[in-house]
Amino acid sequence: MSEKVGVYICHCGANIAGVVDVAALSHWAGELPDVAVARDYKFMCSSLGQELIEKDIQELGLTRVVVAACSPHLHEATFRNCCKRAGLNPYLFEMASIREQVSWVTANKTVALEKSKALISGAVHRVIHNQALEPIIVDINPNVLVVGGGITGIQAALEIADAGYHVYLVEREPSIGGHMAQFDKTFPTLDCSACILTPKMFSAGTHPNITLLTWSEVEKVDGYVGNFTVKVRQKARKVNTELCTGCGICEQKCPKKVIDTVFEAGMGLRKAVYTPFPQAVPKYPVMDVQNCTFFQKGTCKACEKFCPTGAIDFKQEDKVVSFDVGNIILATGWDLFDCRRIPQYGYGRLANVYNSLEFERLSNAAGPTGGKVILRDGVTVPQSVGIIHCVGSRDKNYNPYCSAICCMQSLKFAHLVKEKTGAQVYNFYIDIRTPLKAYDEFYQHILETDETRFVRGKVAEVTDAARLPGEEGKLIIQVEDTLIGKQRRIPVDMVILSAGLEPRHDAKEVAKLFGIGCSADQWFIERHPKLDPVATMTEGVFVAGVCQGPKDIPLSVTQGAAAAARVIGLVNRKQVSLEPVRASVNAEQCSGCRICNNQCPFNAISFLVDKGVSEINPALCQGCGTCVAACPAGAITGSHYTNAQILSQIEGILEVELGQREAVPA
Amino acid sequence: MAKPKFAMYWAASCGGCEIAVLNIAEKILDVDANFDVVFWPVAMDAKYKDVEGMSDGEITLCLFNGGIRNDENERLAKLLRKKSAVLVAFGSCANEGCIPGLANLTSGKAVIETAFSTVSTDNPHNVRPAYDYPAAEGELHIPRMYETLKTLDQVVPVDYYMPGCPPESHQIATVIDLVIAALKGEAKLPPAGAVIGAGNSTVCDECSRKRSEKLIKEFRRTWQIPMDQQECLLEQGILCSGMATRSGCNARCPAANMPCIGCYGPAPDVVDQGARMMSAVSSVIDSKDPAEIERILDGIVDPAGTFYRFGLASSLLHRAKAQ
Ligand SMILES: Cc1cc2nc3c(=O)[nH]c(=O)nc-3n(C[C@H](O)[C@H](O)[C@H](O)COP(=O)(O)OP(=O)(O)OC[C@H]3O[C@@H](n4cnc5c(N)ncnc54)[C@H](O)[C@@H]3O)c2cc1C
Ligand code: SF4
Ligand code: SF4
Ligand code: SF4
Ligand code: SF4
Repeated sequence: MSEKVGVYICHCGANIAGVVDVAALSHWAGELPDVAVARDYKFMCSSLGQELIEKDIQELGLTRVVVAACSPHLHEATFRNCCKRAGLNPYLFEMASIREQVSWVTANKTVALEKSKALISGAVHRVIHNQALEPIIVDINPNVLVVGGGITGIQAALEIADAGYHVYLVEREPSIGGHMAQFDKTFPTLDCSACILTPKMFSAGTHPNITLLTWSEVEKVDGYVGNFTVKVRQKARKVNTELCTGCGICEQKCPKKVIDTVFEAGMGLRKAVYTPFPQAVPKYPVMDVQNCTFFQKGTCKACEKFCPTGAIDFKQEDKVVSFDVGNIILATGWDLFDCRRIPQYGYGRLANVYNSLEFERLSNAAGPTGGKVILRDGVTVPQSVGIIHCVGSRDKNYNPYCSAICCMQSLKFAHLVKEKTGAQVYNFYIDIRTPLKAYDEFYQHILETDETRFVRGKVAEVTDAARLPGEEGKLIIQVEDTLIGKQRRIPVDMVILSAGLEPRHDAKEVAKLFGIGCSADQWFIERHPKLDPVATMTEGVFVAGVCQGPKDIPLSVTQGAAAAARVIGLVNRKQVSLEPVRASVNAEQCSGCRICNNQCPFNAISFLVDKGVSEINPALCQGCGTCVAACPAGAITGSHYTNAQILSQIEGILEVELGQREAVPA
Repeated sequence: MAKPKFAMYWAASCGGCEIAVLNIAEKILDVDANFDVVFWPVAMDAKYKDVEGMSDGEITLCLFNGGIRNDENERLAKLLRKKSAVLVAFGSCANEGCIPGLANLTSGKAVIETAFSTVSTDNPHNVRPAYDYPAAEGELHIPRMYETLKTLDQVVPVDYYMPGCPPESHQIATVIDLVIAALKGEAKLPPAGAVIGAGNSTVCDECSRKRSEKLIKEFRRTWQIPMDQQECLLEQGILCSGMATRSGCNARCPAANMPCIGCYGPAPDVVDQGARMMSAVSSVIDSKDPAEIERILDGIVDPAGTFYRFGLASSLLHRAKAQ
């Protein structure tokens, strides 16, 4: 049966029409076999443009539609809906990207016209082989998984729980709170971090709709939007939380002291049985068996002896719990850049060089020094402090991106140092970046009131090798001051490195576990950088907070709430319609060779032993095509990506590119 | 009533297909009983001009084996197409080029060069064949060789395809029975363009070896390991093409402890058997380390000859890029 194809060419204002001769293109397309009508129009995506298509479908009886415009990422859904409104199955539509793939990549009008023709010819050839498909409707499980209990995850969990849906909040550490719990004051308002965070932590810990799983990690995720099954490993706390009252006696009595490299950033000690900080949520301690005297030497059990409720349980094992959720929000945050990677800054070698998290703990009233800013000797108050910006950020050798928060954090530090010690503070910066609400005011305030010196230039070296008088016993910061065009050596007592934010060391594995992608820098990739910043390419999996890219607390909270709103919106709909682009096995052609069996990233394929063939669960299949390519028998077909569709599209393109040629060379 | 007419022709092929037809044993008597054999150069004396003299479509059934290697092959393909009601591409060469099609990896000239100059060639004067030779009796011509070997359907339309190198005798017998029954009005022929005398799945379907999820750490050749008689050969690291090859042979090679080499061609709806085989094999290589993957792949000694042994001429690429 011959089809009636309508071809619509968009000018996209001057975006396309500025480079591609749209009139010539539309004239040419009108002459193609099977094409019943070809038109060009200023903005196809406008309501007038869409009406044009709808009218033609109804009046000319079009059976297929091709729109040559921007990328399908942008407007495929728009035009599919437009076809649907006019009574044409939305999958009988194809898009040719003549903006992203043509007019935006060349200024040469001749090749632009040729390539546009090739893409349209491919689309017309393909669309004839397209098949009508119906979306797959599935129920949505209203429960939600939030991974990471930093400020972002807490915010998301609370929003969803308040909306009346159940949340599983999974946190790797013994307590929720994330990095914000480590801070003393928060910019730009300098309000106390704990004061604004702990009420939220408490709410999350007591909310009837939140199941808190701390000291836990997600091990396995199966399923698809609306219907995920999650396996979580709860590491053994060695403390029975049913009995523990959180009195803290075990921690007091434990004889073993360990340097706390996580919460105290190495600045303080904790016990072998511990809660990371007094306001921890939940209040139950965890036992660090690697350091526990009993586990290492076989005797001790002080905690057990003194625990008033008998909550210590040395035999407790890891527990794997499994539950179903409909949507997932990842809020796994960041790791701090390891300053040892820049040896010339002396971190780890020169005692009084600190990284920014260490300084947060140092200046925190609940920290190891009680908030006193003193040097590592434990007594000396610094007279002069240098704060180096952009450490590990905006540097091709480490991370090319700006970590976004460290200018403000450095200004915060400058203020805190001044306030607590009266020391002379120097900020070494490349550019000061304070673009958000009340940020530049904060900067101006510090410029005006704190007598902080700002030196513009990238620090070359921090050294303790004194060369000039006055440098003995000091740390010397060697820098080219680009504003006066001079090399300077500035001796100080303390250096703080404002290290950048980095993706979690395990971001790639976590991304794989949840079936989402990472950027080259390894931040989780959002569906669209501007228009869909918290969704991902995997339906039902959302990202929020710093795991998606560097940002401050207000933006993290905003994203947490945004992701929650997206999830609540989905859950309210109760059902979701899935793209019917799915693979299926033709049982007659399948030989049961089992090549495909371990290929599916979504575990959609199973082998039916009794029938000797493989089968695909259409609800689990995401249409990725991996198995389609792998099946040597050609027994698997991916709907909407059939051989006929792909090959005819290639033929259509080549026909324009190479002209009609002999099928087989002589 | 005159008997329906039967013809069989060999173009660029080894002759195995003819043997396979004779190998159907007493069934050959049915052929003789039901058909008038009018043209079959390997079995009887007949002249091209006899065929030229026939009217169009006069031959009821023509089995054409061999690929199109030279102008004589092409001329006969066109002639037999015209004179035959039903033209069958018979055997791997006519279907997909087969071993002669591997010459598409090089040029016609290079093929001649190699044939006339290898160490085993006795050619003291280093002569090369000439297409035309003025002999005392008159000008002599031999067929002109083409640069590219083509399959039968790349030259003329084909009614049915019968794969195999050669087609299995039991399949030939079944097809002959079918045609005879159809001529008597007792059966219906399949729709034009169909593959006949073969299955609709792959060799694995007929293979009785035990298989599990595949993970390959090393490719090995048959002489390198003591082969397990029960386990899938591919899982033992032996490159078996069974999974990408159309069924119909009863998996005779794997049953005899030899890997399938792919002679029944691609499975239904598959465009390129070699590409299928490659993507399948690469899907199950059990490593994520590029260097190790490279090492594992080095175990495939002759990729083109392994994956495209039969199908190069009919593959998506047809041939190596012409110089
Ligand atoms: C030194 C410093 C000072 C800062 N000061 C300020 C400030 O004053 N004001 C401001 O607005 N911003 C500040 N920031 C930025 C701020 O820290 C971030 O915006 C904020 O921490 C983002 O929160 P988050 O929840 O996205 O990530 P995080 O705080 O990193 O929380 C992520 C949580 O997820 C958990 N997690 C990670 N992986 C997993 C996993 N696989 N499974 C389970 N749980 C997991 C982690 O344990 C953690 O609890 C500062 C940053 C730095 C480096
Ligand atoms: S057993 Fe001993 S070392 Fe271990 S937690 Fe208890 S008191 Fe501490
Ligand atoms: S196309 Fe195949 S591999 Fe991909 S999701 Fe579907 S079943 Fe799995
Ligand atoms: S790869 Fe293809 S033939 Fe083999 S088991 Fe899977 S679906 Fe069947
Ligand atoms: S790959 Fe070969 S040995 Fe394995 S099941 Fe298929 S035909 Fe049999």
